[in-house]
Amino acid sequence: MTGKSNSDNKERRPAGTTPGVSRRTAIKGAGALAGVAAATSLIGLSARAHSGSDAPIRIGFQVHRTGIGAAYGRWYERTSRAAVDYINQTGGIGGHPIEMVIEDDGTDPKRGAEMVEKFATQHKVDFVFGTLFSHVVIGSAPRAGELKMPYFVVSEGYHVASGKLNRYVFQPGITDVRQQVSSMAPWVTSNLGKKIAMIFPDYAFGHDHRDFFSAAAGSLGGEITTLLPIPPTESSFTKYFAKIPASTEVIYHVMVGPAVLTFVKEMGEFFGNNRPELFGFIDSLEAVDIASPGLDYLEGSYFWEAMPRYADGLPTAAAAFYRDQVGVDANGASQSDSKDVATFSHMFGCWETLFVIKAAVEQSGYRSAMDKVALIETLENMKWFNEGIAHPQGHKQFVGQLHQCFGRQFISKVENNRLKVVHTTTIEDGLYEPEADYTKQAL
Amino acid sequence: MSFGAQLFLAVLEGTVSAFVLAVTALGLSLVFGVMRVVNVAHGEFFMLGAVIAWSVAFMVGDLPLVGFLIALIVGPLIVGGIAVAVDWLILKRIDYNPEGTIVATIGLLYIIQQAVLILYGPEARVVEPPFYFRIQFPWFGYSGYKLIVIGASALLLLGTWYGLTRTRLGLYMRATQYDQETAQAFGIPVRRVYAAVFALGGGLAAIAGVLVVPIQQAHYLMGHDPLLMSFIVVIIGGLGSLRGTLLAAFVIGISDGVISVFFTPTLAKIVATLLVSLVLVVRPAGLFGEKAP
Repeated sequence: MTGKSNSDNKERRPAGTTPGVSRRTAIKGAGALAGVAAATSLIGLSARAHSGSDAPIRIGFQVHRTGIGAAYGRWYERTSRAAVDYINQTGGIGGHPIEMVIEDDGTDPKRGAEMVEKFATQHKVDFVFGTLFSHVVIGSAPRAGELKMPYFVVSEGYHVASGKLNRYVFQPGITDVRQQVSSMAPWVTSNLGKKIAMIFPDYAFGHDHRDFFSAAAGSLGGEITTLLPIPPTESSFTKYFAKIPASTEVIYHVMVGPAVLTFVKEMGEFFGNNRPELFGFIDSLEAVDIASPGLDYLEGSYFWEAMPRYADGLPTAAAAFYRDQVGVDANGASQSDSKDVATFSHMFGCWETLFVIKAAVEQSGYRSAMDKVALIETLENMKWFNEGIAHPQGHKQFVGQLHQCFGRQFISKVENNRLKVVHTTTIEDGLYEPEADYTKQAL
Repeated sequence: MSFGAQLFLAVLEGTVSAFVLAVTALGLSLVFGVMRVVNVAHGEFFMLGAVIAWSVAFMVGDLPLVGFLIALIVGPLIVGGIAVAVDWLILKRIDYNPEGTIVATIGLLYIIQQAVLILYGPEARVVEPPFYFRIQFPWFGYSGYKLIVIGASALLLLGTWYGLTRTRLGLYMRATQYDQETAQAFGIPVRRVYAAVFALGGGLAAIAGVLVVPIQQAHYLMGHDPLLMSFIVVIIGGLGSLRGTLLAAFVIGISDGVISVFFTPTLAKIVATLLVSLVLVVRPAGLFGEKAP
């Protein structure tokens, strides 16, 4: 221990007094705090008690503002903000405006559960939506069930439809991995090759890819040559490429997190011109410009997209309207900054989810938290969401017992540093036998 | 790929990470050796080096080599400056109290991380390597820049060794490490040496960040792993022993590379952590550390 004594700044106090805060100031402070708390809760109470025509519907938005999901979170927030503004401008939900309350979960499961608690007990919102990363969903959803808070995830994971969560959890605005990979398998095995190496993140979302694509490809005569699970925070991939057998015809990759550019670069360094076919999920490149230097290696490779990043891939009026509202240009980047590329295959889920909430509230006659059961039962009986301004990605079939929607998928080719849609699947391509039935659970 | 080829790849990868780890951990080890405090924000200095490298590259535009060379100088200078400011504003005022420094540098870690998140953003951004060429071995291709990183790190380590053993400042640092009170009695300006050491530690971490960023990308959370690995290396090597730090960096780096290629990276981290536990049980001062008084 360095032997220096403590600093010279200590004041001499009169004997018998305690340093720091005196009892009097502490009580004053506590009194002030209590007063503020009472005042805000009074305001809150009055807002809820006043169930007149302008009482807002309060929706909690659990967003990944920080952590490894931050790039997605930023676009989720912009899209949700745009949807809320548009809905409020066009009459709100049954005449009531939406009031969105935002909390950052740091892309952390523990914090996610804490935010759910905060939404329910402190902010007292009607619904919570927005969680993306599957480990955060799995960490947060149980708490939503315990607190009886309708919880709309925008996650793509198979966890909702698997039946492993609870009856308060829905995924009505974005398709899940199982249907995505099931609808990809036929095209990949007939167009690219049957010997496939899979690279995927080593957690729930990645395991869904591994399990369902292996099963789907296997049933079509495909063979998985090797499985390479990657820790989501991995920063270097060269060591994984060494494990891919030379007989591999297709590398199937789905990556999350900040290292995707390194992944492509190192793939280029490792394989050079002698590479297998590449089929990736656009998750590998969300928020990344496909024309970035170092990505030329992807020329001629293929990607799954949920919603085509380039406007000419889905030239409908509804998609164009949505694109303009959320501030994305025809190349999939922010209208105000062409270097700020959107997470276009995921963020539409926020827009569509908010419109589903709107439809469910209006059809069930939801007025307050006492009407939750009616809302959930109404939603479970919905069957179709039609393509249009509310659902710009396309028609959705909603399977009430799974709490999951089904939609079409796109396959795009990288050509001249752009993505060009070469195949569109049907909803039927992705449908699977339900393995669960939430409607049988108690609420 | 044959076993031999895989081993070769593993050793290459392991060597790159060993050298980068050695430079990063050296900074942490110097700070602990001389000042006897732990800088938990060390990984953030590494990240700052990478982010500064990106910013310089962005401003310079189309000349990656020029940007890289400027970043190699500007990065450690800026981070060293931040380190001196931290030393003057915080560490000196808490009198280099060990526990207090840990708490203060944890706070510093969050401040730096969130500041970078606000100013730079959440996404990972690419920095072009100064030279891009691909070496084609018979079994696989390899990045030529990674070999340059090995060379540059080796030069840095040699330079630091030279500075420590042949210059007056280095003499002051070693004297302060050996016996701080006697050094002060001999007229060595210990507080100034502390500031210089803290700056040097941060600067080394920053240079490692600049070197590494063309291989990975610049991301605001990238300081987390280097911090963990530096701690592991410094604990195994022995707190206060530079030789131990270097040796441990190579052991951990190469074993990480080999285990990652033949098994999984997670297993490599498990082995590294087990090694730390083993060392702490059998030889708590580390392989070359000074025994506690």
